[in-house]
Amino acid sequence: MKVKDLIKKLEAEVINEADFGREVTSVYCCDLLSWVMGRAPSDCAWLTVMGNMNAVAVSVLADISVIILAENAACDQPAISKAIEQGVNVLKTSLPAFEAGLIVHELLGAGVPLRKN
Amino acid sequence: MNVLELHYDVPGDDFTRAGEASSAIKNKLKQMGISPDVIRNIAIATYEGEINMVIHANGGTIDVFVGADAITMMLKDTGAGIPDTELAMREGYTTAKEEIRSLGFGAGMGLPNMKKYTDEFELKSEVGVGTQVTMKVYLNK
Repeated sequence: MKVKDLIKKLEAEVINEADFGREVTSVYCCDLLSWVMGRAPSDCAWLTVMGNMNAVAVSVLADISVIILAENAACDQPAISKAIEQGVNVLKTSLPAFEAGLIVHELLGAGVPLRKN
Repeated sequence: MNVLELHYDVPGDDFTRAGEASSAIKNKLKQMGISPDVIRNIAIATYEGEINMVIHANGGTIDVFVGADAITMMLKDTGAGIPDTELAMREGYTTAKEEIRSLGFGAGMGLPNMKKYTDEFELKSEVGVGTQVTMKVYLNK
């Protein structure tokens, strides 16, 4: 599945389009950045309410495919600028992280484990 | 003999620039054709160290030595030092202030993540003098 396949199902707003053709192979939900750094699988869709530039940095360093801001969490301007500069995909949805995560999981197809390292 | 040596200064207390050194290291290693898994481990470990320097030590330095068999990262600061390194290595233990935690940091995972993602990890710290972390990631596993 690709990042672009998430937009319609999540009724997502595009905050930054860097590479919507990028593959998504799993989904991960968490807001503590060090926790995400240590545990989020690469190429995942990351659901969070942290819309700051440090979240963008984590996404770059942990090879995350797309940040999805849940419950319309704000993405501040420095974060948007950094996402543009660093080529990070960022979407925003009104759905809570858990519900959005379930949708991404369903889109990944039956039989795909919830966590994939 | 090292193929490449990199040096970065990490500014203290500046969250807007936190991660710049780690991103630069990641890009350099990518250009060198190092495997993505190795790069990811190094990026995670150096970022955690970089963030620790910003939060706790008013900045520091990162030196990276790319050798034929391994990449070594040496992180040094002249901050307050860690009184109990064994406690600091425990997952979930943190001394970060509330304002730092509101940014999403301070989960007490920094040092444990650095150890988890590297093949060799050494933490030396002295109160009032500073902290030095040396990490090594093997290239041929």
